[in-house]
Amino acid sequence: MSDPRTRAVVAQVLVVVGVAAAVSAVAVQAVINLRARGIASGFGFLGRAAGFEIAPGPLEFTSRDTYARALLVGLHNTLRVSLLGIVLATLLGTAVGVARLSNVWMASAIARGYVEAMRNTPLLLQLLFWYSLSQALPAPREALNPLPGVFLCFRGLFLPALRGRAGYPWVALERPVLAGFGFHGGTSISPEFAALLVGLTTCTAAFIGEIVRGGILAVDKGQGEAAAALGLSRSRILRLVVLPQALPVIIPPATSQLLNLVKNSSLAVAIGYADLISITNTTLNQTGQAIEAIALAMAAYLVVSASLSLALNAYNAAVLRRGGSRA
Amino acid sequence: MRASTGRSELVGLRGWMCAFAFVLSACSRTAGGDAASVPTGEGPARASASSATPTLDAVRRKNFVQCGVTTGVAGFSAPDARGEWRGLDVDVCRAIAAAVLGDARRVRFTPLTAAQRFTALQSGEVDVLSRITTITFQRDVQLGIEFPAINWYDGTTFIVRKSSGVKSVKDLNGATICVQPGTTNEVDVADYFRKHKLTFTPVVIERLEEVTSAYFAGRCDAFSQDQATLAALRARAPNPADHVVLSELISRGPYGPGVMPNDPRWIEIVRWSVYAMINAEELGLTQATIDRALESDDPDVRRFVGTSDGFGPMLGLDAAWAYRIVKQVGNYAESVERNIKPLGVERGVNRLWKDGGVVYVPPLR
Amino acid sequence: MTAGARPVAWIRRAPMFRDRTNAIASVVLGAAIAYAGVGFVRWGIVHAVWSLPEDAGSETCRAVRGEGACWAVVAERLRFILFGTYPFAEQWRPAAACVLFVALYAASSVRRWCNWRLLALWTLLPSAAVTLLRGGLPGMPVVPSEFWGGLPLTFLLSTVGFAVAFPLAIALALGRRSPLPAVKALCIAYIEVVRGVPLATFLFMAAVMFPLFVPEGRTIDKVLRAQAALVMVIAAYVAEVVRGGLQAVPRGQYEAAASLGLTYWPSTLLVVLPQALRVSIPALVNTFIAFFKDTSLVTVIGLFDLLGAARAVIVDAKWVGFGIEVYLFVAAVYFAFCYGVSRYSQHLERVLQPDAVIDQGSAVFNGRGRGDASHRHTGRQQVVRRSARPA
Repeated sequence: MSDPRTRAVVAQVLVVVGVAAAVSAVAVQAVINLRARGIASGFGFLGRAAGFEIAPGPLEFTSRDTYARALLVGLHNTLRVSLLGIVLATLLGTAVGVARLSNVWMASAIARGYVEAMRNTPLLLQLLFWYSLSQALPAPREALNPLPGVFLCFRGLFLPALRGRAGYPWVALERPVLAGFGFHGGTSISPEFAALLVGLTTCTAAFIGEIVRGGILAVDKGQGEAAAALGLSRSRILRLVVLPQALPVIIPPATSQLLNLVKNSSLAVAIGYADLISITNTTLNQTGQAIEAIALAMAAYLVVSASLSLALNAYNAAVLRRGGSRA
Repeated sequence: MRASTGRSELVGLRGWMCAFAFVLSACSRTAGGDAASVPTGEGPARASASSATPTLDAVRRKNFVQCGVTTGVAGFSAPDARGEWRGLDVDVCRAIAAAVLGDARRVRFTPLTAAQRFTALQSGEVDVLSRITTITFQRDVQLGIEFPAINWYDGTTFIVRKSSGVKSVKDLNGATICVQPGTTNEVDVADYFRKHKLTFTPVVIERLEEVTSAYFAGRCDAFSQDQATLAALRARAPNPADHVVLSELISRGPYGPGVMPNDPRWIEIVRWSVYAMINAEELGLTQATIDRALESDDPDVRRFVGTSDGFGPMLGLDAAWAYRIVKQVGNYAESVERNIKPLGVERGVNRLWKDGGVVYVPPLR
Repeated sequence: MTAGARPVAWIRRAPMFRDRTNAIASVVLGAAIAYAGVGFVRWGIVHAVWSLPEDAGSETCRAVRGEGACWAVVAERLRFILFGTYPFAEQWRPAAACVLFVALYAASSVRRWCNWRLLALWTLLPSAAVTLLRGGLPGMPVVPSEFWGGLPLTFLLSTVGFAVAFPLAIALALGRRSPLPAVKALCIAYIEVVRGVPLATFLFMAAVMFPLFVPEGRTIDKVLRAQAALVMVIAAYVAEVVRGGLQAVPRGQYEAAASLGLTYWPSTLLVVLPQALRVSIPALVNTFIAFFKDTSLVTVIGLFDLLGAARAVIVDAKWVGFGIEVYLFVAAVYFAFCYGVSRYSQHLERVLQPDAVIDQGSAVFNGRGRGDASHRHTGRQQVVRRSARPA
């Protein structure tokens, strides 16, 4: 027993056996309870008709469609809001980070106030706030009409859409029209989606702004001074000299913030947007098969997180290869 | 850099382990519900894992009934101004408590949304689900929930604004309709609209308070729920006169309390508690007259109050179980009068069969 | 110097008016902000309705809607927002519990007590707070956890969660760096799975699945379930912070401990861990802030923490539509706490690592926002130098 290798093997065996014992004890109890309550097991429920409705979106869904399709619609909704949020948050975040370092004191102060406000309040609160704002918009009959065909009311933002038609010119711009119960025609963005997108973007942009600022500060001051000595303007210095060198410092923490954005999109369940978690919740409450439903949701999120992480790590590697990194 | 305060860190780590263990042991003590009171009354049996009547044993051990109710629907289960729960479904739970534990006040309420209710029952968080739950094939067979009795007959309809001019369901073509996930109303609406080739836009909101306030704020044109629930919600609206509940029902929906199937005795107790209230109305026994009925010679009344035939012990209860139900809670008519009448909802088909309704239950014989 | 020159000189020196661009931008943006500010002051203070008489309806408030804020909703429902459905007469108990928690945080910031005293405090004060909330002692009737809510619940979930998760996190971090492949694999699997999945999933898992794991007839109350889920998640994130700290301890320390004859456990517990924890303190504080905000998610499983109670107020028929006022109030409460603690964390950073960039930028590299800590101590410290730019 004094041989360190034997000790190591024994220790590992003990740990593995211990964890396995704990997990199997819990699993056995779960199986007993499931059987006693007559709750089914397995993934057969995926083939059954869902029996609930989902707010309309790009994918068609009726209550006759299967649970599998419902979860797919949820995943699609999550990806839609996450990817759009990532793009917007990156843009806004970079702007905020640069503003924080601006020579214009006012801009830097405003950016700082924005960052502190976003970072010190819970995201859920911010989402509810944006949703409340959206519900404070006027009714459809008094909708705001900033541009022809564009209507803004508390039922959503209604926009014109291109629809195919027979005969020349084969597409037509269909404008939303107020009739009967609301706007018909065109396309719309629901207030839930808008509130979620705005909330996620503004909150994540604040964190990314700080990351960008830290990255820019990490670049050696001499680089900026040398570039200025070459006669480059401030914006060109930033774009051509500083930001490329700041990227390797920015990307790893920014990756985790963008992954947080994807995970935070699950807060949609609190404002009624039909994302993956929200549909998983309804499914597991209707079928009683909590373990399977949650396992599916976790697997989906892990796959999405892993893919995003891989993609951003590849980008990071590319940036490191391309530019000179001193990190 | 020298290691700083090493010894205190070691102590610290041991201290953390102790704290962790302490917290864990404290947690396992609090598991098992709040057993602050000693079991009294009938049969203080200790529940064992292989008991044939686990729910009944647990209720006797805890000395209260955990009743799953709505988050606040006037007339069925809602807290009044003093925080006391009142309603038709609440009375069912109180009747069960009066029968089993001897005191109708020994009930604790768990507010549940429509989406959470079945998992709460299945996980044992509540002993009985008395929560305007429509009895359907899917719930009975697929979810495996047992519905011992029906205590209210209803159906799905809509509440709309009077100003919208909607007179029948077909006028709602193209409307935005609020629904709650996990309800039969959601499915009924979808099926009805598909059958009649109409379209609608669903707005899905889980909590009853939020979907109600969304409807009143105008987020949707109509809200689909059971008729009595809608009447209750309309009564509490800021301006009830502006809203109308359609009288056209698009589906049938009998309500009843739900229990898990693993305790046959508990199922019978719940069933006969409901039937006892209805039988009491048939026999003309009320809260006021039940004491006089103790001296009655009518064989049906004697069986009911327990002066003959010993039905109570057959259920595992004492002889005065039905007497206590009527004395402490009242009969079915009194419960409806107290809870549903103030909403302006007529009893309609919920009258006794001999009065022209469909309430027809097996006699206590 | 003439009397007018000094103020002019002061204005010239102020950062807002340093040069022409600055001056123009300050004037323009300042005017825009002032305009918005005046509008906000008019809405929030001048035309606002501060209180309504008892039992009055909300018509007065609705009449000024859009022009004036209705702070009356906060005034009337303040005790509900702060304490949830806790019985009215006993609300001194959750208030006392909140005071205990705040005292705990304050005491944790006293550096001289950073030893066994702190551990005693972190064990005793939360236990005392839980006892206060639950009751059972003479003079304090039992209040079941279904009725706990509001600010005490937020404090409770985050503090107890952190306290219980901390030893677990240390174990996970050490396990992840362990040379034993089985232990390392288990720890990595746990940490990566928990960090890759939203917190809401764990809360649903806790609400619905945990009851399946206990024997028939016993139940775990909902607050405990939510607490267990939070502990599981906090442990994974704090493990990463501690791992970052462990990586920051110079190799020389490991080698010196080995040369003194210390084997793995004594060297870890006596030499490495204390240094690692000291270095991770700002990141730990930032993680605490993040989870303090994240306890607001328990509303999705039906618990009424501070945010949940606020939502319950505005679905009441009387107060429908006054969400903005209520949410602004709750935001102010969260902001006051989080901003205060984050300023303290920046102060800590300055004290503990004078070489690092001294203002908020470095917070980025100290784990604000989950998961950053894993990138913290991988050499970025050396790259980030004190900036000579004026702030």
